[in-house]
Amino acid sequence: MDVLPGVDARAPLLEVNDLHVEFRTGYGVAKAVNGANFWLSPGETLAILGESGCGKSVTAQAIMGILDTPPGYVTQGQIRYRGVDLLKLPEDQRRKVRANKIAMIFQDALSALNPVYTVGFQLGELFRKHRGMSRADARKRAIDLLDQVKIPAAKVRVNDYPHQFSGGMRQRVMIAMALALDPEVLIADEPTTALDVTVQAQIMGLLADLQRQRNMGLILITHDMGVVADVADRISVMYAGKVVEEAPVYDIYARPAHPYTRALLESIPRLDMKGQQLSVIRGLPPALTDIPKGCAFNPRCAYARDACRQDPPPPAYQVSVQPHRTARCHFFREVLGE
Amino acid sequence: MSDVVLETKGLVKHFPITQGIVFKSKVGAVRAVDGVDIQLRRGETLGVVGESGCGKSTLAKLLVGLETPTAGSINVRGEDMVKLKGAALRRARRNIQMVLQDPYTSLNPRMTVGDIIGEPFEIHPEVVPKGGRQRAVQDLLDTVGLNPDHINRYPHQFSGGQRQRIGIARALALKPEIIVCDEPVSALDVSIQAQVINLLERLQDEFGLSYIFIAHDLSVVRHISDRVAVMYLGKVIETGHDQAIYEQPTHPYTQALLSAVPVPDPRLRGLRDQIVLEGDVPSPANPPSGCRFRTRCWKAQEACAQQEPLLQIRERSPHPSACHFAEIRDVVRGR
Repeated sequence: MDVLPGVDARAPLLEVNDLHVEFRTGYGVAKAVNGANFWLSPGETLAILGESGCGKSVTAQAIMGILDTPPGYVTQGQIRYRGVDLLKLPEDQRRKVRANKIAMIFQDALSALNPVYTVGFQLGELFRKHRGMSRADARKRAIDLLDQVKIPAAKVRVNDYPHQFSGGMRQRVMIAMALALDPEVLIADEPTTALDVTVQAQIMGLLADLQRQRNMGLILITHDMGVVADVADRISVMYAGKVVEEAPVYDIYARPAHPYTRALLESIPRLDMKGQQLSVIRGLPPALTDIPKGCAFNPRCAYARDACRQDPPPPAYQVSVQPHRTARCHFFREVLGE
Repeated sequence: MSDVVLETKGLVKHFPITQGIVFKSKVGAVRAVDGVDIQLRRGETLGVVGESGCGKSTLAKLLVGLETPTAGSINVRGEDMVKLKGAALRRARRNIQMVLQDPYTSLNPRMTVGDIIGEPFEIHPEVVPKGGRQRAVQDLLDTVGLNPDHINRYPHQFSGGQRQRIGIARALALKPEIIVCDEPVSALDVSIQAQVINLLERLQDEFGLSYIFIAHDLSVVRHISDRVAVMYLGKVIETGHDQAIYEQPTHPYTQALLSAVPVPDPRLRGLRDQIVLEGDVPSPANPPSGCRFRTRCWKAQEACAQQEPLLQIRERSPHPSACHFAEIRDVVRGR
């Protein structure tokens, strides 16, 4: 495998620093990501949690280099894989990073797979293009992969088309495709949102097993706080294109430090208790063409005061050093209840 | 019982599978709903849960009369909706309204909000006289928490949560006793979901409504429901009070379903009893013999293939459960 120039094995596996992405549309400039910061280590699961429009999927697309340009542009920041800034790489090297080092699975497997080719052909294509294998060898590897993601009768199913698979099986095919070239980072964008809960449990279990076997770093993008509580090591909560809180999973559920995280946790009904009235986050997420001045959450925040309307909070207040926690809120101590 | 507002008996809906274009012949049937008995009491919420393809949305359509049942009856206040015709049917339909899942496709983009919410009055002119309609629509907007001055706006000018409120206002227009909610919050963001759930609860108290609440999100159903019916492949396989279903489920499918739902509390990680089912739901065109769940069930024995278990109270199940080997197992709380 080609080695990227400048790769430093001691540098963090993946590091996103002050990332800005905007979409230039006829209606104005939509600022989808406004300074996202996070990092990922091998074997770790980082959950990026947020509602639709918070910039979590756009961040993933920027990391993969599959942003639609135009209208989307990365305007600022770095995305470093082992110390190499991916945004500065020429397209042919970027292409080698994709699938070889960083791979992605998408929410809707039916539209992510090509309907006119068999699953075996699409899986084999990776080996033919990236590894220069023959058709016969590529097919063998494809069957092997389908076996690894526990698709029954892989030898037969390899000749089937995507529409012949059920939703859960298609998501397994997607996982097989992402893992084909042994990436070190896997980005899963809402991998189970379209699936039933019993199938969701199967897929999350499979992902966890594969991650353990390969010591892969996993970025799980989701809005489901139940799934996050089950699998994540650390969480980055995003709101209006910024990471507003970052903490280990246990700490964030026990004592959220950002008003948005806290409000989200209080607004979800729970399976294991019959709750009283749900507490509500008033208002709506902001339009990305018109993000409020100061802290973007201030119009919906119960803690907001003048400072929040004037000065945006700095990227990260250190909430605690051990464990490492940050929050983007002037009044995080109050939210913590200190 | 006098306070039962809606009752179905042996409700069946089969969709024919045909072959040929000119000379169509029936070669089979998708048994979407296959013998469902439910009861809804005044002021209560009956949650209906199940995976996709279990027939819960077809059930909803049958209840509001958007599909004609193949067999069975739907009794609303002692009248069988299936047998009613003409003016009597129209009057009866006023009483049972529906809120749909997708607030983006269920509102006509070329109609103003006032026309959308007021349309039921065109069909049922006796409810509100013509002169009072605008007033009535504005009252409805106010009731669901929207600005009554926005009556002339179009759906695209509203957010997802607000559109769902418009859908709810439309359902309320004819002052029904029963509202069938088919996945009313599943298209909404987490922070908006709570707003709509709270609205539905407030309206229920205010107007004494009865809800049939269909959803695949078991946490939401637990929050809002008084009783719950669990469906699998067109049949109700377990039913009871929410506490009975969630804390003492006796059917293996209910147990598996509940154990698969992630709980937003990392401290319970690895402490909960997780049952991971193998495979997918079989095709409703060709359901397994006997118990329909037996192909994925870890308790299945010879008897399950032979004899179909009835939905009834059993020795080890204090509430109705359709399993020969029903037995309580708490899978929701940590061990």
